[in-house]
Amino acid sequence: MTTKSQAVLNWIDERFPLTSTWKAHLSEYYAPKNFNFWYFFGSLALMVLVIQIVTGIFLVMHYKPDASLNASGIPVAFASVEYIMREVPGGWLIRYLHSTGASAFFIVVYLHMFRGLIYGSYRKPRELIWIFGTLIFLALMAEAFMGYLLPWGQMSYWGAQVIVNLFSAIPIIGPDLSLVIRGDFVIGDATLNRFFSFHVIAVPLVLIGLVLAHIVALHEVGSNNPDGVEIKKKKDATGKPLDGIPFHPYYTVKDIVGVVVFLFFFSAVVFFMPEGGGYFLEYNNFIPADPLKTPPHIAPVWYFTPFYSILRAVTYPLFGLDAKFWGVVAMGASVVIIAFLPWLDRSPVKSIRYKGPIFKTALAIFLVCFFILGYLGVLAPTPGRTLVSQICSVLYFAFFLLMPWYSKLDPCKPEPERVNFK
Amino acid sequence: MSVDHKMDSSRRTLLLATSAAGGVAAVATAVPFVASLTPSERAKAAGAPVEADVSKLKPGEMMTVEWRGKPVWILRRTPEMLASLDKTDEKVSDPNSEEPQQPDYAKNKHRSIKPEYLVTVGICTHLGCSPSEKFKVGAEGGMTADWPGGFLCPCHGSLFDLAGRVYSSMPAPTNLEIPPHQYLADTTILVGDDGKA
Repeated sequence: MTTKSQAVLNWIDERFPLTSTWKAHLSEYYAPKNFNFWYFFGSLALMVLVIQIVTGIFLVMHYKPDASLNASGIPVAFASVEYIMREVPGGWLIRYLHSTGASAFFIVVYLHMFRGLIYGSYRKPRELIWIFGTLIFLALMAEAFMGYLLPWGQMSYWGAQVIVNLFSAIPIIGPDLSLVIRGDFVIGDATLNRFFSFHVIAVPLVLIGLVLAHIVALHEVGSNNPDGVEIKKKKDATGKPLDGIPFHPYYTVKDIVGVVVFLFFFSAVVFFMPEGGGYFLEYNNFIPADPLKTPPHIAPVWYFTPFYSILRAVTYPLFGLDAKFWGVVAMGASVVIIAFLPWLDRSPVKSIRYKGPIFKTALAIFLVCFFILGYLGVLAPTPGRTLVSQICSVLYFAFFLLMPWYSKLDPCKPEPERVNFK
Repeated sequence: MSVDHKMDSSRRTLLLATSAAGGVAAVATAVPFVASLTPSERAKAAGAPVEADVSKLKPGEMMTVEWRGKPVWILRRTPEMLASLDKTDEKVSDPNSEEPQQPDYAKNKHRSIKPEYLVTVGICTHLGCSPSEKFKVGAEGGMTADWPGGFLCPCHGSLFDLAGRVYSSMPAPTNLEIPPHQYLADTTILVGDDGKA
């Protein structure tokens, strides 16, 4: 570095912690050297967040949150999305990037969560990282749900109708609460405008704050790794972990490869199948919202379907309260229970590499149930399917609630002293 | 950590009083923001009753009118349809309409003023989807062989009979809502106003 640029850097460092921040989070943040494929998804999630923010900023320049009908009898909001697709130069691409980005976000985040699950990344001392992560997942669900109302198609309208009515199932305050969420007695212009406000301002701010907290907490305790052993226990004379390598340049470069491969698939969807076979953009949403007619088959977008199936699986009233209320409780619990994993897992080892057959079987059953619930969530209910979703819901909760016992009984292999690395 | 110096209690009192006053101000400021989320005066005023002309409705046909942004169905039931209510009596969870989901004048077997015409809000009491017509008897309409005709909610599968009564063990907790309504003439129904409120 030339003396002149060094002088400029010194001038800044005396006023702002630029070099020390760079070192603490990148060039001297030591990450375990044995990261594998599963460790791409954190940085990919961050990149998708940036894609969503940038494309969102440009979409808002043309989109109009207005449920009133235009001269042709089409809701203005619906027409403005059509306008973006057909008349704004490049608008179709920006919109498809945003809609595909929503599904990509959930794919990446589900894989990121699964990584945490198999390598025990939620275990002490990373409990807060995991809790921030669960809150990010919740914020993401709120963000996706409110964004889905904005095109004001049939699925937007009836999806919002169903979810907002969920809140009315809460005893005593429920009906007033759903009125405050809608801002009207039915889903209408007031609802559309407040969801727009939340989708573009409130929830993104919360999301960015939580992502910062997630990363700050991670960099405080250091990353876990596929062996689930703490690299900070073995340090060299200078205090660097023996099995750690600086995040930059090692993992920044590795993550660029991940980004390139991810963008291959992402672009393929954006350019060749932006509707994702009816799963990323549902066909019924190309029909303007009609408050008088529910589409014959209504299903949420794919990333909500496992939780939606759990909601539908509850058909028995209990303690004098409706089945509807307990369905809502079960759906909420199925997400919130994830946050309690650090305290449910009593296994002596973190990583699946050293866990025994009981955990592996439980995990396999959990995964199968999660996929079955997701699949059933897009289908219309029948008595047989309801029974299957009830069995899968019970097993879903059993994975979490029985973990304190089976994780203790599980015959584990001994953890190594140092990470495995070829 | 031990506190070995004396606390200045008058300053502590001042500190508490200032924090409390600030807290009250913060809560008071939140009131208009929360109030702004409730329905506006315009939204409250938009609940005017609507008139429906049912003279062109043939037996077995149904029409939909919009009242307060919700679909209101008017179904002209045939004698067979009315007879089917006897069969569904034991299948529904609230056969005598004990739950206050209808005005008193519709608290009867056919849940209507005139047995022939069913006037009901076409919104499932589960989560607010609009159920679909399944008037065809038996398996023809994609239902079970002993299906006597009624409604199926596409969202979560709740079944209703031809008086809007919900079948037992369904996600929907109550019968469909019967709105206040009255007959202005033989074939003119006013939905949303029964002249009693």
